[in-house]
Amino acid sequence: MRIRVGHLYPDYLNIYADRGNIAVLTRRAALRGHELDVSPIGLGDELVPGAFDLLYIGGGQDREQALVAPDLAAKGTAIGAAVAAGAALLAVCGGYQLLGRGYRGRDGSWMPGAALFPHETVAGESRMIGDVLLECELEPGVATTIAGFENHAGRTLLDQGATPLGRVLAGFGNDGRSGFEGCRVRRAVGTYLHGPLLPRNPQLADWLLSQSLAHLTGGPVAALPPLDDELETLAHAVSAQRARDRGGGR
Amino acid sequence: MQVVPNGPVDGVGARVDRRTPGTLDRMGARLELETRAASLVARLSRAAGKGGGTTLPGKLIWKVDPGAVDALAARLAHGVVIVSATNGKTTTSAMAARVLESAHRLAWNHSGANLASGVASTLLSSGGAELGLLEVDEFALPEIARRVRPRVVSLGNLFRDQLDRYGELEHIAERWRAAVAGLPQETILVVNADDPLVGALADGRTGAVRFGVDDARLARPALQHAADSKYCVRCGAPYAYAAAYVGHLGDYRCRACGHGRPPLDVAARSIELRGLEGSSFDLVTPAGSRRVRLPLPGLYNVYNALAAASVSIALETPLDDVAAGLEGFSAAFGRFERIEAGDRRILMLLIKNPAGANEAVRTLEEGGLPPTLVVALNDAIADGRDVSWIWDVDFEPLLAGAQRIVASGDRAAELALRFTYAGFPAGRLEIVPELEAALDRGLELVAPGGELVVLPTYTAMLRLRAIAAGRGLVQPYWRGRST
Repeated sequence: MRIRVGHLYPDYLNIYADRGNIAVLTRRAALRGHELDVSPIGLGDELVPGAFDLLYIGGGQDREQALVAPDLAAKGTAIGAAVAAGAALLAVCGGYQLLGRGYRGRDGSWMPGAALFPHETVAGESRMIGDVLLECELEPGVATTIAGFENHAGRTLLDQGATPLGRVLAGFGNDGRSGFEGCRVRRAVGTYLHGPLLPRNPQLADWLLSQSLAHLTGGPVAALPPLDDELETLAHAVSAQRARDRGGGR
Repeated sequence: MQVVPNGPVDGVGARVDRRTPGTLDRMGARLELETRAASLVARLSRAAGKGGGTTLPGKLIWKVDPGAVDALAARLAHGVVIVSATNGKTTTSAMAARVLESAHRLAWNHSGANLASGVASTLLSSGGAELGLLEVDEFALPEIARRVRPRVVSLGNLFRDQLDRYGELEHIAERWRAAVAGLPQETILVVNADDPLVGALADGRTGAVRFGVDDARLARPALQHAADSKYCVRCGAPYAYAAAYVGHLGDYRCRACGHGRPPLDVAARSIELRGLEGSSFDLVTPAGSRRVRLPLPGLYNVYNALAAASVSIALETPLDDVAAGLEGFSAAFGRFERIEAGDRRILMLLIKNPAGANEAVRTLEEGGLPPTLVVALNDAIADGRDVSWIWDVDFEPLLAGAQRIVASGDRAAELALRFTYAGFPAGRLEIVPELEAALDRGLELVAPGGELVVLPTYTAMLRLRAIAAGRGLVQPYWRGRST
C-alpha cells in the first residue's frame, strides 16, 4: 500500500538527522511491500487533515524554530483533527516542543504552539545533553526500551493525567525531574530523543508504520512481518549502554 | 604559580625589559619560572607515555595564572594571528605557517591543540618567536582573542558541528559577534564573505578583508542537505544562491531585503580541480593576481588557501611569497594524508561533521571512487557524543562506488545502519569495531599496489595514526609537522 507521509518544514527542522528517521520508515515499509509517499509541508501550505496517514516533524535550531512557530500554531487545529481521526504522528525535539501549548522563553516571552500535546515548555538555564534510555509500553503489556540522545534547554511539563512516552532509566527526559520522557496522544508520539531515533529503535518504527496502515485502511492495527534486526539490536545495545554509563541524570 | 619572586632571581630575569620597573619585571621573572616548569611538565607527560604532552603545561598555567597568557602573547614582537572556523582551521593555519615562516619566527600550535590550554602551551614553549599563529577552537575564540589582543583574526566558516558540545550555530555566532566587537580597532578582521553569518561579522568594520570564491562553473546544482545558514541574517527570508559551493558557502542574496554577499577583496577565480592531486586557481588580490597550483585537493582547500592568503596579505607579505608558500604546502596530519604501508597505501581523510565529510566524499568522487573503504566512527567528547550527524552526510556517492566497506570505531553498528538503510548490501559490509583490526582487514582487502581509503572521526584518526606510528609508518604528531 501507499502510506502518505506529511513531513512538516523539512527545510527548517532537520537538525538532528531527521532524514534518517524517514529513511528507516521508507525502507522498513518497502521490505513489507509498502511504499512511503513523503510530501513536504512548508510555510503557508495548507494541511488537509485526512490527506496523511503519518505526520512527521523534526527539530531545528532556535532561529529556524522561531521562523516556523507561528505557521505551525496556525496549523494546530488541522493537526489535532488529523490525529483525532487516527493519523499517526512522530515529533522529535523542537517539533515536540512546538506541538505543545507553547514555549516560555527565559525573558518571559510566550511562543504559542499547536496545542496537540497537553504540555508546556519552559526555557531552562542549562541544556540537558546526553544519551538517554527509556522503558515504555507501545502496546499495553509489551515492555520495550527506547535509546537515543537528547539535547534541549526547554523543560517540558506534562499536564496532570497526560500520558508520557516512557519512564527514564538513564538521562534527563522531559524536565530532568519528573522521571518521564515524551508524550502520547492517540497515535501521536512526541519525544526529545534523536540520534536519529528510529534506526536503533526499529520496534517504534514498525509501531508507527502499523498505526499509519490502520489509518489508511480504516481497519484494525495488524502486526507487520518481522525483519532481521541484528544490526539494529546491536546499535540499540551500544546506545543503551552509553546512556547507562554516561547519560545525564536526575 | 604561587612562588612569585619579589626581586630579581638568579638567571631568570635575562629577557625582562629592565627599563620597565615593578609589575612587568616581576611578571617577566614569573613567566620564566612558569615557562621552565611547563616544559618540565611536558617532558614528564611524554615520559609517562601520555601522548605528546601538548596541552598539560598549558592546562596548568591556564589554571593557576590565566593572565600569563596575555603577557606571553605581548612578548611576540610581530603580534598574534588567530585562525578559527568550524572546518579547515588546522589546514588554514598550516598553510599560513608555510607562507609566513620565512619572514617570521613562529609560535604555532601545529599539533592542533586549539583550546585555551593548548594556546597557553604553545606560547609557553615558544621563547624567541616573533609571530603567534594560533589555530583557535570556535568556542574558545572569545576568551583567547580577549587575552592575546590579536593583530589579525581570520574567521573561516560556521557549520553545524558537535551540537552536544558547541550548541547551536547561532549561539557560536553570537559569541563571535561579541568577540569581534571587543577586538582592538587596529585588529584586521579576515572573513569568508561566502558564509552569510561569518561575512556579516565584518559589516561596518574598517580595514576588514573579505575573501570568497568567484567561479560559478564550480557551483553545486543545489544546496546540500546539511546546509545551515540558508536564511537571511537580517530578515529571515530564504537566500537565493547565484552559486552554492560548499555547504551554504556561496554567492547569496536575500530577495526580501537585499542582503547579499559583499564585494570580495581576495578571490579565487578560474578554478581547476585536478582530482586527488590538487587544484589551480587565480588568486586575485588588491596587490595583483597570481596563478596558484595548490597541492591539496578539493574546493574546500581553495577556501583554506584563500583564508591563509588573506591573513598573509594582512601581514604585508609579498604576493609572490604567498603564492610560493601555498604551492609548497603539504597536508596537516590526518586531514588528507597518504601513508605507505608496505606494498599498499593508506589514504586518510578526517571526517568530523556533515559539511567536512561531504567535501571528503566529493574529493574522493573527483579522484575516482575507491572500491575499499574503512569508515571509523567514535563518540568520545572530541568526536561529538551525539552521532546523529552521520545521517546528514551524503555518503551515497561513495556507497555507489564501493565494493566493500569496513565499519569501525565504538559506534560501528550505527555506521553500518547508516549504510544499510541507504541500500548498501549487508553482504559487502563488515563490522570491525576495533580500529587496528579494521585497518588490517581493510589492507587485506586491497590488492598489492592498491590504496585503502580510511575515513575516521577525530579520535579514531589519532588512534589510527598512533597505530601507523607504532609500525614505523608515520611520525608521531607532536614531532614537528607531518607530511
